Amino acid sequence: MNSGDTAWVLMSSALVLLMTVPALAFFYGGLVRRKNVLSLLMQCFIILCVISLQWILYGYSLTFGPDTGHGIIGGFDWVGLRGVGGQPNADYAATIPHSVFMIFQCMFAVITPALIVGAFAERIKFSAFLLFTILWATFVYDPLGHWVWGMGGWLKNLGALDFAGGIVVHTSSGVSALVMAILIGKRIGYQEQPFRPHNLPFTVLGAAMLWFGWFGFNAGSALAANELAANAFIATNTATAAAGLTWALIEWQQHGAPTVLGAATGAVAGLVAITPACGFVSPMNAIFIGILVSVFCYIAIAKVKALFKYDDALDVFGVHGVGGMWGTIATGLFAEKVVNEAGGNGLFFGDVHQFLVQLLLIVVAPVFAAAMTWIIFKFVDALVGMRVEKKDEIIGLDLTQQSEAAYTVVE
Amino acid sequence: MKYIVAIIQPHKLDEVMKSLEDVEVNLVTVSNVLGRGRQKGLTEVYRGAKEVGSLLKKIKLEIACNEDFVEPTVQAVIKGARTGEIGDGKIFITDLHEVVRIRTGERGGKAIG
Repeated sequence: MNSGDTAWVLMSSALVLLMTVPALAFFYGGLVRRKNVLSLLMQCFIILCVISLQWILYGYSLTFGPDTGHGIIGGFDWVGLRGVGGQPNADYAATIPHSVFMIFQCMFAVITPALIVGAFAERIKFSAFLLFTILWATFVYDPLGHWVWGMGGWLKNLGALDFAGGIVVHTSSGVSALVMAILIGKRIGYQEQPFRPHNLPFTVLGAAMLWFGWFGFNAGSALAANELAANAFIATNTATAAAGLTWALIEWQQHGAPTVLGAATGAVAGLVAITPACGFVSPMNAIFIGILVSVFCYIAIAKVKALFKYDDALDVFGVHGVGGMWGTIATGLFAEKVVNEAGGNGLFFGDVHQFLVQLLLIVVAPVFAAAMTWIIFKFVDALVGMRVEKKDEIIGLDLTQQSEAAYTVVE
Repeated sequence: MKYIVAIIQPHKLDEVMKSLEDVEVNLVTVSNVLGRGRQKGLTEVYRGAKEVGSLLKKIKLEIACNEDFVEPTVQAVIKGARTGEIGDGKIFITDLHEVVRIRTGERGGKAIG
């Protein structure tokens, strides 16, 4: 046991919590219209409550608990944190208490469904959202986390590399977000009337806090206060900087002005892309990962979304889905054992096999996440109805789902 | 009595208030409004999606006055708000039927000042 490692991972857990609330909540909250800002804050906030409990009760056991035999799911051995105490679990982190590893992972389980809420923003019924979130965490996040990160997980056994969640967190939530956006349908007036972000300063503040919290997410995933954590920290900052700058330059070239929303969006895309790679690639190669993620995500959002006309309201697929998949591929290109002996060599360092495993990841995870999300949508929709009434959508979710208003016109 | 509504550029408000004060017009109500005239709106771009021809921020002044004060008020607004550029705004003047001072119940011209 190492007190420095333990302190770092506990601190990182708090940093990752900050990513959901307030960072992501305000990043999203600023992007919606003023009548819906509280619904976004509430969804992020309540996910922190609900998934924290789900994780302690059974989510952690399903994800990281002893494998039930086929690499598909963990068992119920650790339900209610039975056997998850102060003694380190060497399978996951040998130098910190098992309980510290558990609470660090809890924050990842929390933020992942919270990322999805941007896709169905401004039109989902709160009860349906709540049911969806619990089912999605249980039937998508927990199994997928087990496959990639759990001892005995079948993708982990194949040698899959996902340092901090490019697949488990971002690809899974991004693809599920796309499915949800398509199934729930467009917001009333989408592409007929302007949809302006109601408070871009909130969004920029949220993006900057995401950047800050992401050091816990990525560098914390080293699960120790060591040189690997330092590499992840620097790679994260570098890719994010490159991506934020690139997005602003693309906009400058395309529209004559660089927007702060563009710089913030690019930075988040950079954070997403470096997530699976940060513990396996050098900071110099992180620059390429950052530049290219902004190119890919910009095309996905400004061109592909406009072409297919789906209403992924806050571009969860465009940023997290596309960025997560690119980061996973990039890990298969740029990974090198010089950075992390426990990792692998990517295509550019002579290992074709590692690259192919990464390609397998971006096929398996999206197919699984999309299929399960489709089933969960149909189930919840049949049970309580996924979408609010037309009248409620026009009035706004703050008043109709939360019975409160963010801003008053008169005192 | 006349009711004068002036739409001006937001950054000219302080100058208009000053020039109104100079002609002893103190009764004025100010609000933030959105509008569009020949000037048209500016283009906004959000993640590559263009929003064209949006409304511009303007200030609306509402002034009730007796007949003697109409021309000085109009001149004061013009003096304070004019830049010579497109988008300087408009002044609308309509007849005003009645004014009531809530505190005293006074009506008409003497209730205005």
